[in-house]
Amino acid sequence: MGDAALFNHKHIIALRDLSADDIRLLLTTAENLKEINSRDIKKVPTLRGKTIINLFYEASTRTRTSFEIAAKRLSADTVNISPSTSSSTKGETLSDTALNLLAMKPDIIVMRHNISGSHYFLAKRLSCSIINAGDGAHEHPSQALLDMLTMKERFGRLDGLKVAIVGDVSHSRVARSNIQGLTKMGSHLFLAGPPTMMPPGVERLGNVTVCKDMREAVDGADVVMMLRIQLERQGKSLLPTLKEYSRYFGLNREILKLAKPDAMVMHPGPINRGVELASDVADGDQSHILNQVENGVAVRMAMLYHVCGGGTVDAG
Amino acid sequence: MNLLIKGGRVIDPSQGVDDTLDLLVVDGVLQEMGAGLTAPAGSTVIDATGLVVTPGLIDMHVHLRDPGLEYKEDIVSGTRAAAAGGFTSVCCMPNTKPVIDNKTVASYVVNKAREEGFANVFPVGSITQGSKGDNLSEMGELKEAGCCAVSDDGRPVVSGELTRRALEYARGMGIMVISHAEDPSLAGDGVMNEGYVATELGLKGIPWVAEDSATARDVYLAELTASPLHVAHVSTKGSVRIIRNAKARGVQVTCETAPHYFILTDEAVRGYNTNAKMNPPLRTESDRQGIREGLADGTIDAIATDHAPHHKDEKDIEFDLAMNGIIGLETSLPLSLRLVDDGVLTLPELVEKMSCAPARILGLARRGTLVPGSVADITVIDPECVWTVEADKLASKSKNSPFLGWEMKGKAVYTILAGKIVNPL
Amino acid sequence: MGESSTVILDGMGVRRSLTRIAHEILERNKGVEKVVLVGIRTGGVHLAHEIALRLEEIEGVKVPVGAVDITMYRDDIKGHAPHHPVGKTEIPFSLEGKRVVLVDDVLFTGRTIRAAMDALMDHGRPSCIQLGVLIDRGHRELPIRADFVGRNVPTSLKESVVVLFDADNAPVNVLLEKEVP
Repeated sequence: MGDAALFNHKHIIALRDLSADDIRLLLTTAENLKEINSRDIKKVPTLRGKTIINLFYEASTRTRTSFEIAAKRLSADTVNISPSTSSSTKGETLSDTALNLLAMKPDIIVMRHNISGSHYFLAKRLSCSIINAGDGAHEHPSQALLDMLTMKERFGRLDGLKVAIVGDVSHSRVARSNIQGLTKMGSHLFLAGPPTMMPPGVERLGNVTVCKDMREAVDGADVVMMLRIQLERQGKSLLPTLKEYSRYFGLNREILKLAKPDAMVMHPGPINRGVELASDVADGDQSHILNQVENGVAVRMAMLYHVCGGGTVDAG
Repeated sequence: MNLLIKGGRVIDPSQGVDDTLDLLVVDGVLQEMGAGLTAPAGSTVIDATGLVVTPGLIDMHVHLRDPGLEYKEDIVSGTRAAAAGGFTSVCCMPNTKPVIDNKTVASYVVNKAREEGFANVFPVGSITQGSKGDNLSEMGELKEAGCCAVSDDGRPVVSGELTRRALEYARGMGIMVISHAEDPSLAGDGVMNEGYVATELGLKGIPWVAEDSATARDVYLAELTASPLHVAHVSTKGSVRIIRNAKARGVQVTCETAPHYFILTDEAVRGYNTNAKMNPPLRTESDRQGIREGLADGTIDAIATDHAPHHKDEKDIEFDLAMNGIIGLETSLPLSLRLVDDGVLTLPELVEKMSCAPARILGLARRGTLVPGSVADITVIDPECVWTVEADKLASKSKNSPFLGWEMKGKAVYTILAGKIVNPL
Repeated sequence: MGESSTVILDGMGVRRSLTRIAHEILERNKGVEKVVLVGIRTGGVHLAHEIALRLEEIEGVKVPVGAVDITMYRDDIKGHAPHHPVGKTEIPFSLEGKRVVLVDDVLFTGRTIRAAMDALMDHGRPSCIQLGVLIDRGHRELPIRADFVGRNVPTSLKESVVVLFDADNAPVNVLLEKEVP
């Protein structure tokens, strides 16, 4: 550890903006902080007196709760604000909301927003740190970091892993962040999904192979990551029925056999049981879904800790 | 008030002139072109040595936002921006409040421009009432009130049947139809060009086919109805190809592009730059090259700006919510001169596309030419003048330009409107 | 600017000091019952293992050794200076009712010890905490003193004291480094 690289970002908005060293440092810190979460007294005084605002423009239970617990375990004061999207489009602009919040002197704003790039917009206008808890179809860095931590714990490395990602890549910020992060850490990504859900040029985003079907992606994989099918988004013309989707792009025991015997099954949650993931796989030995949730708190503690020490403004 | 412009390189493609000549203007009319002219006593004399003298530039596609949206721009500020950019005439689109769909609104624009403007303003009336795409506007009366064309610009005429009837009816009235070629179901709720950059930024894309399929439909309808058609703001190589083929078949189709489509690509959106958000969106490098080829081979007749002023509050927001469009009047000339530097066009070809062709397409009599007897609308250009685009020096009310901070080469040093110098004031 | 350094305690001296500290711990606690050692990362952890070896030699009993990382308990975390990387705290035994000997290499302002004690308290309620250090260099800023000291070394604030370890984490010697203007 001793002389490890220092983290020099004021904000964490996208894994695209972080280096492999930055990611390694965040993961190491998270690993070392995990111990706190299994103590009787799950609290350290590190961020005592810091104020963290969780500003969530999209409904989210697990990400918001996870950030909130992370902040509290570091002794920061947290405030949760969930402006309903409908009223904010009619009324106050994001800029005004943020400037009002800034007047209350937060140290960090953790934001989820339905519009890609909103965090860069905010970072240009506010003096506090900004952490992205998900923006549109752009990135979800904390999710990808916790995914990487879970893989690293299981395999001891990320370098050389074969990671299959299956589902609606087009609308998935989880997929984009994992592609950015895992590529930097030396993994190889294999994507599968209906072509209606595969964005153009995705193979140029990183070390990515777009597969012709799900079997090809899962074949020999170390990790099979299933994306959530979001009914509210895909209701239009991207797929005929969930039944057909499930048949061709759902993970069941049969298809999982194509992966390596010790392959991990992951899912960012919440799961649509019986749609993208069969229940017996979700609850099976190879499922690491609950480890992902557990690691989420440690990863978010590491993010909060390191942005508080950031010295420079992110490019972007 | 007489004016003598001495010793400039006079370029007038309308009569094949490119020579060092003098121009004499008497009472707002171009009286004589020749060498060694002498000015009558009391004339103003402009020494144009080392400068380029052209027919007044014409921007056939601008939004002046007047009436109704004067917080973005009005006829005075918009024509002042035109004059600063070297334009003596602009054609303003009808998406005002109310829409220019009747002679009363058209007359308001014409009269206000005549009384307070710094450039000629030729309004474009709407194709359909309220630009709603349901019923044809009163095109005859619009023309009588001074409209030079009809368009529902900003939105397409979705119905093929209605577009056909508009082309036929407009032909009868002798007024040009300008197509905003876009299939809205293919464009969806996209906010930038569909492709790698949109994928990386997680923004919804607009595929090229949303433009190309609509261009093809409208070109075929022009062919069917044997009516003239002008296609606005061409941004894809595919649209260029469709129009090139149509012209070869003898279809009466003309088209324009805008400087941002031959200067920028969708890479300019990186950083979620709302000043790179417009419709049609900035495309790929291969489209940019396709536009340049279309300019070089004459498929693209004209360069217009699609000058689209928006208030800071409409641009300084999240990307998805920001309005489409950028201002262009004050940067169009130097950006277009880059085509000459890059060997895409000769200087006379550029003047053709920025003055003569727009006048010819829209039937603007005695404009876009320096033939004696023409209205003395003249632009004097210093092609070597280097300057930087600065928001607070722009005449337009709005500052939504992706070129802020860019170094420009070439500037209109005099803009002359019917013999009167309107730039510099 | 450069640095000049002098050896203030050689390898033999370090080993003798640690042996003496081990004896003093036994004497103070009347054996090793309920005694645990917790080293402060990173130097203190290495020394705690050295002391544990000596205790085992003398008493024939393995004394539990833990490691505490005080990064999350520092009092100098202010926004906008890059932070120290976080090390791992590993205390694989209960501290309830234990006699904890906290071990560090150099005792200076006392702030590290304050942070370490807070960290220990978050892990349980020991019956007492004692402090063993290889070097006490003075300049305390908090009311903290060591129970077991290898060597007292008067220093100036411009000097620094460095305990060197070899690749096996065994102590080599102790240097006093002076800034040379």
